[in-house]
Amino acid sequence: MKKLPNILSKFAPLITITILFSLWELGVRLYGVEPWILPSPLQVANALITSANVLVHHTLTTLMEALLGFMVSIILAITVAFLLTNINWLNKAFYPLLIVSQTIPLITLAILFTIWFGWGLLPKVLVVVLVCFFPITINLINGLNSVDIDQVALFHSMGASSWDTFKMVRFPHALPAFFTGLKISATYSVMAAVVGEWLGAKQGLGYFMTITQKSFAIDKVIAAVVVICIISLILVKIIEIAEYFLIPWNRLNQ
Amino acid sequence: MSEVIVEKVSKTMDDLQVIANISLSVKNGEFVVILGPSGCGKSTLFHIISGLIMPDIGRVYINGSDWTGKTGQVGYMQQKDLLLASKNVQTNIAIPLLLKGEETKLAYKKVQENLADFGLKGFENYYPRELSGGMRQRAALLRTFMFTKDILLLDEPFASLDAITRRKMHLWLKDLCISYNSSVLFITHDIEEALMLADRIYVLSNRPASVKAEFHLNLHNSFSEKELLKIKILSLLE
Ligand SMILES: Nc1ncnc2c1ncn2[C@@H]1O[C@H](COP(=O)(O)OP(=O)(O)OP(=O)(O)O)[C@@H](O)[C@H]1O
Ligand SMILES: [Mg+2]
Repeated sequence: MKKLPNILSKFAPLITITILFSLWELGVRLYGVEPWILPSPLQVANALITSANVLVHHTLTTLMEALLGFMVSIILAITVAFLLTNINWLNKAFYPLLIVSQTIPLITLAILFTIWFGWGLLPKVLVVVLVCFFPITINLINGLNSVDIDQVALFHSMGASSWDTFKMVRFPHALPAFFTGLKISATYSVMAAVVGEWLGAKQGLGYFMTITQKSFAIDKVIAAVVVICIISLILVKIIEIAEYFLIPWNRLNQ
Repeated sequence: MSEVIVEKVSKTMDDLQVIANISLSVKNGEFVVILGPSGCGKSTLFHIISGLIMPDIGRVYINGSDWTGKTGQVGYMQQKDLLLASKNVQTNIAIPLLLKGEETKLAYKKVQENLADFGLKGFENYYPRELSGGMRQRAALLRTFMFTKDILLLDEPFASLDAITRRKMHLWLKDLCISYNSSVLFITHDIEEALMLADRIYVLSNRPASVKAEFHLNLHNSFSEKELLKIKILSLLE
């Protein structure tokens, strides 16, 4: 009997989604809503199937931009976090700037990037980096700084160099926080690429959404949204799996 | 020869005088207990002896040379076990050897040779989180021994253990230190523990810590003599 709530909680999201979609389907049919205002879930599913080829093509473009931007963000975040936590004056000089940079409206920067760099890959990757870089960096910095100073003192008393201490104490200690940052960024990365494409592109899901939206093919717009959700979730799942294997000691306290 | 001499050390931290003119010594193979009220400055004294912080005045001599403010001469076990959550027991214990540049294989072999003595045989691949409190303490202690067996600073190593485990650890530690001929400085605020382990006891005052009294013990002290000593020390600590 005790198992039952467990199983239920596992399928809870699925049940919620099914109920919501049924209500949506029912509502659209009952009130005869026009498809160019709001298509029903079945119409969206139909659009997913009929436009599958085009969608795959655009998804690959978007995924490429997102992954590229995500990768660059990780490298940049590790470098910046390492520098800021090790060199005090750099931290004083740049940490506030890092925070301020996040208050600039993303959309204005995205527009500027398109003006400066055209309609190619670069401006989209830059938007992704802009969005992904911050959560990874801040989490990594917090992780590195939250290390027990007595732990560092112990290493010092045993004659460890600061590189030894970074490698063996600070970095492993920061890994769980680092992965938290990665998961947040992964959810944003696809969306950020789409925003970049929205403002000027020749391919990608964002581009697909702008043209379908202009012809009032709302079912196709929503189909693209579904694809965005699914690949974002897959990215997060991949990171969770990597986390499971890379920081085995972190599983123990769960 | 392994000996420590602390000479007229004082230290002020953040406008708070923590240590006032402490002089003490540990001779070769001696087990010296430092007994003091909580918060009096015992750990700060160990930080100074280990070389992690500089005293404002005074010197620390180890084996006849001045090591004030320089680390690397003594094995220092702090109040917390400070095992790395990210490393298994074997790696944690091998850390001092690895830091000295020893080859990983060789370091692990040395760790293996000692695991049984410390009651950790078969647990080398466990993470610290999977161990009991007593085992974590023993792992931290073995790590300290791996750094050096000659001079050890042990800061309330058993404070977090239950009474029975603690008794066992006392007997075990005393034997271990005798067999390695280690010179030990051991902090506690537990009189029973002090009487159980010490060849010599320093009683410290409230903050700022200074040496209030010094007692010599030997194996032949009878029960009643120890009880008498206990009453004396208790009155000093009040
Ligand atoms: N880094 C520091 N900066 C300022 N004050 C400190 C610092 N470290 C310790 N102190 C203060 O010095 C005093 C002595 O601290 P210490 O840790 O040496 O005491 P202790 O005798 O080891 O205490 P306990 O019995 O709790 O282990 C305390 O009042 C503490 O607040
Ligand atoms: Mg202390």
